[in-house]
Amino acid sequence: MDIDELIDNFAFFENWEEKYQYVIDLGRKLEPLEACYKTDEWKVKGCQSQVWLVPTFAPNSIHFCGDSDAILVKGIIAIVLMIYNDKSAEEIKSIDVAKIFAKLGLEENLTPSRRNGMMSMVEKIRQYADGATRAD
Amino acid sequence: MYDVWQIRKDFPILQHMVNGRPVAFLDTAASAQKPYQVLDKMRMVYETAYANAHRGSYTFAEEITTEFEAARQTVQKFLNAKEPREIVFTRNATESINLVAATWAMQNLRSGDEILISQAEHHANLVPWQNICEITGAKLVVFPIADDGSYIKEEYEKHLNEHTKLVAITAMSNVLGTVFPIKEMAKKAHDAGAEILVDACQYAVHNKIDVQDWDCDFLAFSGHKTYGPTGIGALYGKAEIMENMPPYQFGGDMIDHVTYQHTSFADIPARFEAGTAASVQAIGMAEGLKYMLALGMENIEAHEAELTHYATMRLNEVPHLTQVGTAKNKGGVFSFDISGIHPQDLAFVLNKENVAVRTGHHCAEPLVNRLGYTSLARASLGLYSTKEDIDALVTALLKAERFFREE
Repeated sequence: MDIDELIDNFAFFENWEEKYQYVIDLGRKLEPLEACYKTDEWKVKGCQSQVWLVPTFAPNSIHFCGDSDAILVKGIIAIVLMIYNDKSAEEIKSIDVAKIFAKLGLEENLTPSRRNGMMSMVEKIRQYADGATRAD
Repeated sequence: MYDVWQIRKDFPILQHMVNGRPVAFLDTAASAQKPYQVLDKMRMVYETAYANAHRGSYTFAEEITTEFEAARQTVQKFLNAKEPREIVFTRNATESINLVAATWAMQNLRSGDEILISQAEHHANLVPWQNICEITGAKLVVFPIADDGSYIKEEYEKHLNEHTKLVAITAMSNVLGTVFPIKEMAKKAHDAGAEILVDACQYAVHNKIDVQDWDCDFLAFSGHKTYGPTGIGALYGKAEIMENMPPYQFGGDMIDHVTYQHTSFADIPARFEAGTAASVQAIGMAEGLKYMLALGMENIEAHEAELTHYATMRLNEVPHLTQVGTAKNKGGVFSFDISGIHPQDLAFVLNKENVAVRTGHHCAEPLVNRLGYTSLARASLGLYSTKEDIDALVTALLKAERFFREE
């Protein structure tokens, strides 16, 4: 599924319960992160829950795996990775994630107190993309 | 006792709807809401009597100086301190503790000395002492509490010895609600030749303080938790101790006489209040304290004791919920864990249901870890809390339980 399909799907939800139940389901289907990566080294700082993010660099794209011990955060990670996964470093840097979250009606996840978590993860993804362009 | 629904009319924010519905505010332990008496007073000062306090000899300046010093007397009365000069205005309780660390502790602690704290301390009463220990070579000693959060007298006394120079202790844990027997602990500390500093941030919200009866040497608390504004707190210190302490920060208003070569410093409390004071905030803080005193601390205590009993009982109805901190002598702070549900997930659903609680380590990370958790949810009471707030919490928790267990 790509992000446009997801935006279409989200349009059908009538209340927050349905919407977030779906977010939780996305989290449940998230590509699993191997337990050996769940260490401080891969932890994203500034999150209320524990969040791990691990990049794999291909020649022209970056693939990310992630996980969290909080079930809703895990669902949000699934969406963030749907937005960013397997894109080139340049594409990653040009994405306006706030706009996509607004279209999904999930902008509350980017409010200042929650922002820490989600925005820290997005920042981290952008840093990996920056590192990849410099290495080129 | 008072009519809580009548009292709630004093708090504009409690009438404020979110998404068309009222909010069950159960986070007073983090910061309390403000009655209009506080808000009106501060506005009135700005509108009719504002200038820089302690400077200028025109009417506005004299009026605000009078109000500011009256605020000091209100804090003195609230704590039952001997004299107004024993009250120093600070930014918050954290700064009050840092002030003692930077002045008294720096002056008096040497390598080999010990600072004794409990396992239940907030970071504000832990991190400044770690820092001072690193600088002075003194040792930070931590005495254990019981698994249920209770104070253990034997552990305190066992860790107190001739090397202990300071006991720094919370009067009420912000995570567990446990109330510590300060009077008895102060006596033991003094017998061992140590001074005692009390972190009264939580205690001050719920119970009557008497620094003379407790015989504590220092006591810190903040305005924003006692129904006053942010940006203001107070430090109580015995006059005979504070008189011998060096200044904390340097600048205006804390001096006696200045030449280009040398400065002599003002007497207490001015010596510790460098720069323009947060005068309107101090006046607002005093108004919050007056509000509590007018209701009667014993009435606030009785109201919250009844609710504490009710909340403890109702929370037990929630499946998979463990209450953390069940000491016999505890105040209206309820930390809990629901097994299998991350507190942050829980907080999300509670917020959707307009129930305001705090989640995380509550600025007491070592304590939360000591109890076997990395994060906890916490509900806490204020003088305006109702049974209906607790009912809303329980209903929302049951909803979260259904929401996250659904497959």
